[in-house]
Amino acid sequence: MAHVVPTEIPDAPPAPEQQRRGLAGYLLLTPGSLWLAVFFIVPTVSLVATSLYDPSGSLEFGYQMTGHVQNYPHAIAEYWDPIVRSLQYALIATVACMILGYPLAYAIAFKAGRYKTILLVAVIAPFFTSFLVRTLAWQYLLGDNEWVVTFLRWLPFTGAELQLINTPVAVVAGLTYNFLPFFVLPLYASLEKIDHRLLEAAGDLYASPFRGFLKVTLPLSMPGVVAGTLLTFIPAAGDYINDELLGSPKTRMVGNEIQSLFYAGDYPTASALSVALMVTIVLLVAVYVWRAGTDELV
Amino acid sequence: MAEPVTAGSEDLVLAGLTKKYGDFAAVDALDLTVPSGSFFALLGPSGCGKTTTLRMVAGLEVPTAGTVTLAGEDITRLKPYRRPVNTVFQSYALFPHLTIRDNVAFGPRRKGVSKREAAAEVNRMLDLVELGEYAGRKPAQLSGGQQQRVALARALINHPQVLLLDEPLGALDLKLRRQMQLELKRIQIDVGLTFIHVTHDQEEAMTMADTVAVMNQGRIEQMGAPEELYDLPRTTFVANFLGRSNLVAGSVTGTAGEEVSVQLDGGTVTAPVERAATAEGKVWVGVRPEKVHLKPAGDPAGGRGNELRDAVVSDVSFAGVSTEYVVRLPSGQELMVFEQNHTSQRRLHSGDRVDLTWAPEHTFLLDAAQDASAGTQFDDE
Amino acid sequence: MKASMRTAGDWIARHLVLMIGLLVLLYMLTPVFVVVLMSFNQPAGRNTYTFDGFTLDNWTNLCEPYQLCSSVGLSLEIGLLATLVATLLGTLMAFAMVRHRFRGRAAANVFIFLPMATPEIVLGSSLLALFVSSGLAGKLGFWTIFVAHVMFCLSFVVVTVKARLAGMDPRLEQAAADLYANEWQTFWRVSFPLVFPGILAAALLSFSLSFDDFIITNLNAGQEVTFPMFVWGANTKGIPMQINVIGTMMFAIALIVVVVGEFGSRRRGRAVL
Repeated sequence: MAHVVPTEIPDAPPAPEQQRRGLAGYLLLTPGSLWLAVFFIVPTVSLVATSLYDPSGSLEFGYQMTGHVQNYPHAIAEYWDPIVRSLQYALIATVACMILGYPLAYAIAFKAGRYKTILLVAVIAPFFTSFLVRTLAWQYLLGDNEWVVTFLRWLPFTGAELQLINTPVAVVAGLTYNFLPFFVLPLYASLEKIDHRLLEAAGDLYASPFRGFLKVTLPLSMPGVVAGTLLTFIPAAGDYINDELLGSPKTRMVGNEIQSLFYAGDYPTASALSVALMVTIVLLVAVYVWRAGTDELV
Repeated sequence: MAEPVTAGSEDLVLAGLTKKYGDFAAVDALDLTVPSGSFFALLGPSGCGKTTTLRMVAGLEVPTAGTVTLAGEDITRLKPYRRPVNTVFQSYALFPHLTIRDNVAFGPRRKGVSKREAAAEVNRMLDLVELGEYAGRKPAQLSGGQQQRVALARALINHPQVLLLDEPLGALDLKLRRQMQLELKRIQIDVGLTFIHVTHDQEEAMTMADTVAVMNQGRIEQMGAPEELYDLPRTTFVANFLGRSNLVAGSVTGTAGEEVSVQLDGGTVTAPVERAATAEGKVWVGVRPEKVHLKPAGDPAGGRGNELRDAVVSDVSFAGVSTEYVVRLPSGQELMVFEQNHTSQRRLHSGDRVDLTWAPEHTFLLDAAQDASAGTQFDDE
Repeated sequence: MKASMRTAGDWIARHLVLMIGLLVLLYMLTPVFVVVLMSFNQPAGRNTYTFDGFTLDNWTNLCEPYQLCSSVGLSLEIGLLATLVATLLGTLMAFAMVRHRFRGRAAANVFIFLPMATPEIVLGSSLLALFVSSGLAGKLGFWTIFVAHVMFCLSFVVVTVKARLAGMDPRLEQAAADLYANEWQTFWRVSFPLVFPGILAAALLSFSLSFDDFIITNLNAGQEVTFPMFVWGANTKGIPMQINVIGTMMFAIALIVVVVGEFGSRRRGRAVL
């Protein structure tokens, strides 16, 4: 999992007269670009190619490149439920991250005073306790005999049969937990840049702090919200670790299926499913970024 | 209108200097000679190309065309670190990670001066700008005025042939700015270096510089001593940007001896022929507000040569040492008149009928093809 | 608005945000507490993951579970190497993006952003597709993991360093050039020290990404076992409590690095965070 997010959203590049022309720029750019070209672009092309192989081949005997487009309808029909489920879970987790993450980022940016750094460290530090180990801790915490469930069962409006582990709730909670810092950090960076005088001016003009928040802080923090939701939604949609550790066969996500298909050696179907997932996400993200009207992501 | 100055051997000479960004010429075929040892101000509104010119002299910008010559050596293509030129940057650009001492020592150390020699020199410099006790601090721990002085020391320690100052006082408050203006002037006289000072503040330029070049749209409009520029602006831009001017449309009726006569709405005025940028056809008749005197309408006494009759006072504002009147001519045009409050002279009121009068030798004539409002929109800067 | 005029509701609202924030933080830290607690756990049986008793055995017999320590070693090795390469290449790219003018800047931006916008399962499977189609299916291992890790760390490094660089006044570099520092001296004396906190943050980020990655690594590791893969495998067989010791140690080391780095850079007048 991509586990730490840049704490700042990059600014626009400086005015052109402050930049140098010439070969040096290309020279600096080349090694990294080559790496990305060879190990990101070429593989993506390779993935698309694999998705068109004849599915009757195998890893041992090789595959035939037959332009077998039927892999796509086949994969999508077969795995329709996990695809929809992945998008649903990722969406719910993203919304949950927004609800939980905004107050946290806001508190760190505006209310923490001199404890700001400590709170930031507290957000970042869990990254370094392995992702899997922490998810296992959730597995333990949400277990049937642990205090969370015991407490919930004790509440009058929940049944004594209440269960968390192996349910969609546990999977979404895990996704939310794991991707929350990805939402908080870019949002924090965005909030921190807001000129405090603007808030004072808003207080002066609108009187109500809440109106001030709605009219000034929220719109100005939109680049952070957009970056945060993307960095939450995208990995969440492809994740299968939370589902594997906290869910059940009934909650399988598309990531699980792709992983299993690769392990089973059905490379063409697995690739077709991967490409379908990528295209779906790119389309959703494009629409979202377009609707949110921001181009400050990169 | 760069007036040719005989180039001395140590002078900085810009010839045909041009900087284009796409089709936009930020600096347009600029010719300029800065005499060695002078305090030279490049004055103009933001975007006029003055900072770009400065950056080309510093080597931070490569000219599209033209040359920069310093003491006879062509330095146009020289890297900034190979030029005997140093800059005091706008907002100072002090290195935040280095102490004041290391900031000032930066130049000498890069030039290969030994640590010990540099340290001695740094102490001398910091004493000069009265910051000796702050040597161990970081820039962020100093006030704006102190940072400005560090930036100055950091540049001066290298004994550059030319010191470039890019709006160095822009970030300071008014009082500190006045104080630093005097300070800078004192240091310039002490060290005897060529200072090129870029500013949009006409008062700052006039107070400090020996020579002021007024820049507009990538070109130099006029250059000369401050008094000279103020007394005899040669373009409407200079007339308005440097102080304030009244410009009234008129047409030349003839030249008699040393005098040009101009017919305008409300009378005929004259101007010395050497004060006419153009002596035929349509012209702007210019006069500074403080040179104009108001007298009651029809009063024959107190005339000063040039007169405009039948005007009405439309606004009066008292400004301490002077009273500022706005006076409407029969044509509807409004002129400014500043009267000193030194006599027992009766104050005029709104609605009073008055005649305006001033001496012909305070009149200047400008080309009517120029925009009479050029340079006025920058008043507030 | 005068302080005296603020209503009580306003006061509560102000502190409410902080309270909610702290609760959310508690949610984020809870699993870490569990990990630390579990590192002292004496489990009753092999397949139970409940706290049954206190022991120091997990700490003293850290390497007892088969492959645990070798997997941690491999993860550290790959993490350090991938961090080194990704930080170097990414920093160069960031400098190019911010300080140089060239054609295709917008395209380069998208190009760098794309790997971050691609789900890991897709990144992993496409790399696997490449390795398989180029006949490397049998040679998956250390180098394929390394290559993959540098690839997905690179974009994060570029974005992090770029942010730092963009926040740096370009006039500082010009001032250095004006003060007789050539390009190389300008870089080492001015740009690098000022961007260093950003580079350090990028390196830490890279390392944590690499050390923690499971999805991409799992597809491209061949017979090699990294620490996350070990944990994954152990989940099906019964989890040794020692993984919590590793988790606790990583947490403690990260905390120390961040705190030392933060105080160090504060002393130098520039905060990382």
